[in-house]
Amino acid sequence: MGWGRFALRRLAGTAVVVLLLSAGVFGLLYLAPGSVQQTLLGTRPATAETIAAIQARYHLGDPVTVQYLRWFGDVLRGDLGTSIRTGAPVSGMLADRVPLTLALTAYGTLLAALAGIPLGVLGALRRGRAADRLVVTAGVAGLSAPPFAVGLLLLVVFAGWLGWFPGYGTGEGLADQLWHLTLPAAALAVGAVGMLLRFSRAALVRELDQDYVVFARARGLAAPVVLGYALRNSLVPMLTAAGLVVTGMLAGTVLVEVVFALPGLGSLLVDSVTFKDVPVVQALALLLTLLIAAVNLLVDIGYALADPRVRLGGGAS
Amino acid sequence: MLRVEGLSVRQPATGRTLLSEVSFDVAPGESVAIVGESGSGKSLTARAVLGLLPAGLAASGLVEVGGRRVDDDPRAQRRQRGSTVSLLMQDPFTLLNPLRKAGKQIADGLPRGADPKTEVPRLLAEVGLPADVAGRYPFQLSGGMRQRVGLAAALAAAPRVLLADEPTTALDATTQREVLALIRRVQRERDMTFLLITHDLRLAFSMCDRVVVMYAGRVMEVGRAADLRREQRHPYTRALLAAEPPADRRLAAIPAVPGSVPAHDAVAGQCAFTDRCSLALAECRASVPPLRPAGDAGRLSACVRAGDLPAAPAPPLGVAAPVRTASEPVLDLRGLRKTFPGSARPALAGVSLTVAPGEIVAVVGESGSGKTTLARCVTGLERPDAGTILLGGRDCSDYARMSREAVRQARRTAQMIFQDPYSTLNPARTVGATLKEALVADGRPADVAALMELVGLDPALAALRPANLSGGERQRVAIARAVAGEPALLVCDEPVSALDVSVQAQVLGLLAGLRERLSTGMLFITHDLAVVRQLADRLYVLKAGECVESGPVDRVLDEPAHPYTRDLLASVPDGTSRWPG
Repeated sequence: MGWGRFALRRLAGTAVVVLLLSAGVFGLLYLAPGSVQQTLLGTRPATAETIAAIQARYHLGDPVTVQYLRWFGDVLRGDLGTSIRTGAPVSGMLADRVPLTLALTAYGTLLAALAGIPLGVLGALRRGRAADRLVVTAGVAGLSAPPFAVGLLLLVVFAGWLGWFPGYGTGEGLADQLWHLTLPAAALAVGAVGMLLRFSRAALVRELDQDYVVFARARGLAAPVVLGYALRNSLVPMLTAAGLVVTGMLAGTVLVEVVFALPGLGSLLVDSVTFKDVPVVQALALLLTLLIAAVNLLVDIGYALADPRVRLGGGAS
Repeated sequence: MLRVEGLSVRQPATGRTLLSEVSFDVAPGESVAIVGESGSGKSLTARAVLGLLPAGLAASGLVEVGGRRVDDDPRAQRRQRGSTVSLLMQDPFTLLNPLRKAGKQIADGLPRGADPKTEVPRLLAEVGLPADVAGRYPFQLSGGMRQRVGLAAALAAAPRVLLADEPTTALDATTQREVLALIRRVQRERDMTFLLITHDLRLAFSMCDRVVVMYAGRVMEVGRAADLRREQRHPYTRALLAAEPPADRRLAAIPAVPGSVPAHDAVAGQCAFTDRCSLALAECRASVPPLRPAGDAGRLSACVRAGDLPAAPAPPLGVAAPVRTASEPVLDLRGLRKTFPGSARPALAGVSLTVAPGEIVAVVGESGSGKTTLARCVTGLERPDAGTILLGGRDCSDYARMSREAVRQARRTAQMIFQDPYSTLNPARTVGATLKEALVADGRPADVAALMELVGLDPALAALRPANLSGGERQRVAIARAVAGEPALLVCDEPVSALDVSVQAQVLGLLAGLRERLSTGMLFITHDLAVVRQLADRLYVLKAGECVESGPVDRVLDEPAHPYTRDLLASVPDGTSRWPG
């Protein structure tokens, strides 16, 4: 099996997932309490003309499948509808806010990986000793702390008492923006550090017990080479963890962006849900679906890069 | 070249001792085998020599490699690994890094300054592999090729001492012979000192100059291979040799040693073998007998009676396999075919065979021969593509299309015993619950005690869970579960290959007895021709999904017609230094 076929198969799988989920996202309109007209009217007065206008514009007389296909066709053409709250096109609102959320997620993942993986490796190498126990305890603490609470704590300590970092806003210019995003990214990263730490420690501990590690040591390979063998083999579980971390972080931005008053997708989602701005909620749900599907696709490709057996279709052994 | 003196291995956390007072030495260029069953401490001895004990274990005692004491100097031990002493491990499927090409793994072990471009192909050629293997990943190689790559990697830094821990146990018989012949050739060409760890006494006799026999963490006997083969000065060595069934003749009964290998600490302060020894005296229990010179030069024995052991009984003569009258077969396979999706070659390419009631029919083959697929088809775990399976006269070719009642009937007719006694029992249920379930499922009274006695188990074990049983006991439980409903057919897939030799003899005896008492027919899947000779009436030899030869056991094994059968026979170690050739 070559790379082409591999990529094609994974892409097709992703497309199917997105297609299925898009139907669910469209269904949000019907799941919202009240009638569809009411939902689409939002806060506007419900006169006979406005209802008729809504009916005509959203083709509410058509069968649901036709409505869905029309909506999906519009989505494919880039038309995500109009916000009920602001009256602006939804696609423009998203485009304004996507970069911030992506940057926040990427920054958070980077912080989590830089802290979590080395700590996990340290724990595995010092298995059972004091350093390992400390690392494991820290991991549990990180995992059990909710991001919004961590966010508030970080705000109080680093923005309030110490004043090292700004408490809200996005800043101007790259350095300033990074400075502004550090606290929210750290709030997101704390839980992810715990997860990456545990996964990488468990994976490496398992690999270090494998025969090939003993064999490598027995034939006199240098310690860094042996560690390289084991690390390379623990890459697949670490990638799995990284995928979960990134998707979890995308969801975590909802709370953290509100806590730090950042104009990203998360705060937009909160506002839109509060206002029952269904077209925006639909678009956001679809966008998050796409992002998460993309992350999973990347993780799949990562597996194939890390492990020739996935790529070349080898057996289980 | 290698000297071990008073080596003990303890687990400080639990206070358990696993190995004590192990002493032996190996001269330059000499080959020595350490032989023992599981729990004898033979692998731990090799690991301790390398300073690579599993985490949580601590060694004490003297270890000298190449004239240098290393047991108190972990850094010297680390420097010696690879260039002075190297290790080849058991399982070719786990000993190589699965994500690194074979050539790179070999190159990683080369001494500094060596050029991988010339050295890797040279090493591959030395182990009989073409140079293009270097560019392949381990999963693209067969087990034998992987073990050869392992050998090349172990040799990369030109060690003067090679340790091999069961290097061929996981390989097929014919591959085992090739790899052993290769190891011996390489050892002689390089004039390496060689320490072989094995459970197979005959293999040790063939491969090595001297043999060290270990049991429950202690050395029992040491001697030159030829001397030891001729005469054993310790009852354990005798029992071990007798329990290994011969492939050239059928014995009336395989001499089995009762019980199983004890833990080291369970037999502290006495001779470890006393409880299973028919020659034991009171003084055997008084203290641990030391290793003392006994008889011929270089012979040491830890038996207090080494000097006055009665002469070993002459090797028992062979008996003819009993002739069975033909009757309506309980299992009738016709033209069975199966190709797994994505596989180019069929796993079964039209196999036909029959099993009569009370008859034991062996199916022999190496990995990839389709023998396990055959067993799984018969028990409905796999669906054949074509062909018919008649169980007790009923068509059971496709379990998916049979009625529930018919499937029930088929399962009552045929039961299966699996290879690995460690994974075949539900770890959460007690033995009693497992067996009761099997009895009730067949609508029988839940007389668990009688069932356990049938398979030679103490009924008191019913309250235990599998984790508290030995391998042999677990396999007996699995057999009891299978025979609970007195099935007409037992499908046994390598039921003894995971067991120690002394336990294997017990289980073979049990199966033979069950056949007589329940007149159960057995389809016996195995790779071991010695086991076939002892137990089976007829045999089918499978190769790549096809039956190449079949017939009564004595006829096929005495006068094999097919070259493949002859190859298989030649792969059984005979204990002489002519083998493996």
